[in-house]
Amino acid sequence: MAVIPLTTPLTEDIARSLTVGDTVEITGRLYTGRDAVHHRLHHGERPPVDLRGGIIYHCGPVMVQEGGRWVCKAAGPTTSTREEPYQWEVMRDHGIRGVIGKGGMGPKTLEGCQQYGCVYLHAIGGAAQVCAERITRVDGVDWMDLGSPEAIWHLWVERFPCIVTMDSRGGSLHRQVRAASEQALAALKA
Amino acid sequence: MEAAGAAPLVEPPRRSTMLATMSDAALQASLVELIRRTSTQLPDDVVRAVRAARGAEAAGSNAAYALEVIERNIGLACDKSQPLCQDTGSILLYVNTPVGYDQIAFHHAAEAAVRAATARGYLRQNSVDSITGANSGDNVGPGCPDLHFHQWRQPHVEVKLMLKGGGCENVGATYTLPNPSFGGRDLKGVENAILDCVLQAQGQGCGPGILGVGIGGDRVTGMACAKAQLLRLLDDANPDPVLAGLEQRVVAKANQSGIGPMGFGGATTLLGCKAGALNRVPASFFVSITYMCWAFRRQGVDLAADGGIARWLY
Repeated sequence: MAVIPLTTPLTEDIARSLTVGDTVEITGRLYTGRDAVHHRLHHGERPPVDLRGGIIYHCGPVMVQEGGRWVCKAAGPTTSTREEPYQWEVMRDHGIRGVIGKGGMGPKTLEGCQQYGCVYLHAIGGAAQVCAERITRVDGVDWMDLGSPEAIWHLWVERFPCIVTMDSRGGSLHRQVRAASEQALAALKA
Repeated sequence: MEAAGAAPLVEPPRRSTMLATMSDAALQASLVELIRRTSTQLPDDVVRAVRAARGAEAAGSNAAYALEVIERNIGLACDKSQPLCQDTGSILLYVNTPVGYDQIAFHHAAEAAVRAATARGYLRQNSVDSITGANSGDNVGPGCPDLHFHQWRQPHVEVKLMLKGGGCENVGATYTLPNPSFGGRDLKGVENAILDCVLQAQGQGCGPGILGVGIGGDRVTGMACAKAQLLRLLDDANPDPVLAGLEQRVVAKANQSGIGPMGFGGATTLLGCKAGALNRVPASFFVSITYMCWAFRRQGVDLAADGGIARWLY
């Protein structure tokens, strides 16, 4: 598998050039944002960082302060589908070009990817150390009042590995596997 | 008055020497070490199952890639003594204690150990007030940690710990039979309900997963039974041949579903299925299913009389 290097911020052209099945490695800025962040954005609160061309990482990391600095101890993806009601809106209103998470997302998000030029990138769930190894700096944090796992962490990553599983052309690996497995299991019914 | 020579109705308690000698500090240190090891090292039976799964996937596939990353992650977490997964989950403690042991003191020691393990980064700040949304910051609060005490007639304390992440907990389910889609109140209905859970869970509870199943009971005891099944070794055999057969069929069929690791498609959807059964009331028939992710963090210890760790259990 040839690995496609990506650097943030992403342009619309780059986001639209990616296809389901592509393996990518991201270098640059990731902002974590999960349930509470999406809930706030949905209710119209302005994000404390500029998300244009950015990538949101569905992740609630383990962070500890060591010598006055934040150190990331573990940072794998969380289940993305909980953001399904909100994600397309964040694409429309804040111009994000990438979403990293696990488990994939539904039709609203897929439509958002097509309409606004965004891509869903699948990290390996549970692989918090492989992910954390590629986080070379923690440059800041916002909305800490949400609690550490829900805050917006400013991560700097180098060669952060993901697989494209939903693209801007309407492709979704998750939809494919769901349909095939539904059929396979129906045939295996006791 | 009892006839001479008859066994007493209730066996007299055997008081253990550890009741008097165990220090809070030693107990707390043992529990911190149990948490550290559980959070950072997968038990051998799970590592073996993950390795075997990797061998079953086609070279160059997304599934093989996922399992390769997973194996690398297992090694890194162990080497760095850092959490395997950032979601260090619900803290489930199963504690067997001798008769007369002070469970309240143990509860306090467990809370102190959880606070210390959180400060050191072995546990994420994972305890959120469900009404206000406030994070307690130290993993202690109503229901956290979750302790299950049982008395036993052994002289020592046994502590088993599971850290169960939210992603996999979310995809657990309770089914009621009969159900038009799955069948009646029989093994067929049970099997089809379990396979539906596998279908619905795909991708979301980091697979390949392990299922704990509780057949019967009520909505609480059935799920408690399901979770307790996860304390069994992955490669054990269910002593009940009917349940053993069910476990094997579920794994075989799930692995023909094509869901695969992380829901990427592939040959391994489940690493195991462990089922138990409880009696039920005539009106109810529950099938309670709990899903455990590949990052199956479970460990246990026998405590020595002084509160130190005498033996690791997994």
